[in-house]
Amino acid sequence: MSSSTSRSSTWNKLGDAAYAKSEKVSADLVALTYGSFVREIIKDYEEPDQVNKELEKLGYNIGIRLIEDFLAKSGVGNCSSFEESAEIISRVAFKMFLGIRATVSNWNNEYNSCSIIFEENPLAEYVELPPEYSNALLYSNMLCGVIRGALEMVQIIVECEFVKDQLRGDDTNEIRIRFKEILQEQVPWNDEE
Amino acid sequence: MELRRFTQPNKPTNTTTVSNSEIAKWNILDRPLTRSRDELALSTFSFLFAEAVQYLQTRVQQVSELEDKLNQLGYRVGQRALELLYFRERINKREIRIVSILGFIRVQLWKFLFKKSADYLKKVTDREDEYYIEEEEPLVNRFISVPKDFGQLNCAAFMAGIIRGALDSAGFTASVSAHYIHRAESSRRAVSIFMIRLEESVMNRERRLAG
Repeated sequence: MSSSTSRSSTWNKLGDAAYAKSEKVSADLVALTYGSFVREIIKDYEEPDQVNKELEKLGYNIGIRLIEDFLAKSGVGNCSSFEESAEIISRVAFKMFLGIRATVSNWNNEYNSCSIIFEENPLAEYVELPPEYSNALLYSNMLCGVIRGALEMVQIIVECEFVKDQLRGDDTNEIRIRFKEILQEQVPWNDEE
Repeated sequence: MELRRFTQPNKPTNTTTVSNSEIAKWNILDRPLTRSRDELALSTFSFLFAEAVQYLQTRVQQVSELEDKLNQLGYRVGQRALELLYFRERINKREIRIVSILGFIRVQLWKFLFKKSADYLKKVTDREDEYYIEEEEPLVNRFISVPKDFGQLNCAAFMAGIIRGALDSAGFTASVSAHYIHRAESSRRAVSIFMIRLEESVMNRERRLAG
């Protein structure tokens, strides 16, 4: 247990350091831009389910590129397990990109599914959902896609789902992550032939 | 039965501080607006913006349409940012003259959003209703390289939209567009300018105010 606490504090420090040394923009700019972007997607898709799906997909596109930035700047080495990856996401990645620290909890018995919980959501600042969307739209669903995309690039296949959202009246924000499989490393396709 | 509800004592509250999750349960209007949040990593914004550009790009036929969409995306940001800035900084003076509102946008709004003021505010010679803000390296273009076949696309159209949104909510209806210019014939580096053309109604008011 003591080793896991010391690892946790190492990750916390890595997260703080990565956040501290990064170049910054105003958090309001990010929040307002995200809101404007979501508004655009709603205009295009209308159906909340479709919007949720699209947000997840766009998040995935970000995730597969963001992982490189993350590994280069954070100083995190190889993750040895899914459990460790979840801790690193919440302690290092959340801090680095969103300025907040999340907690991992609600592990199931098989240890292949857990929740990432965060009280503050910088993306949802100043947001209130209109009644027709309040039970259907997952405003911050992009985060699920980012996690899925980033983990896929390190061979971990997961499913992510927003299960609690303060915008829908829940007491906190919770993303459920379910571990699917570890991809085997493959010899890259030789595209010169 | 109904009356008893009024005589019941209030539940004792043992804490005076409220956690964030409790705040979140309040109506959005009850939440403090002045709580100034920390900054976020530039990469967070850049990833988000780059994805927005890609998303919009799949829905248009021409470069000009893409710029319009980016402009619209920024418009909604500008509208809200101006209001938020007035609250945050407790500014109770409203700018009513063109040059002062443009100066306000160039310095205060720019600092609020981008952590720096824009490089220059200039007036177009012999055009009464045209001004431009010049920015050597717009933040949104830092990590964007435009492919050759996109011609003169300037993703800072997003920032042009922010200016348009802010101007509009301040009562200065205008059209704003982003362009590349070369400062000198010899310089190969292009800088961005945000061309601002104010509407006739705004100009009429300005003339009245100038007396």
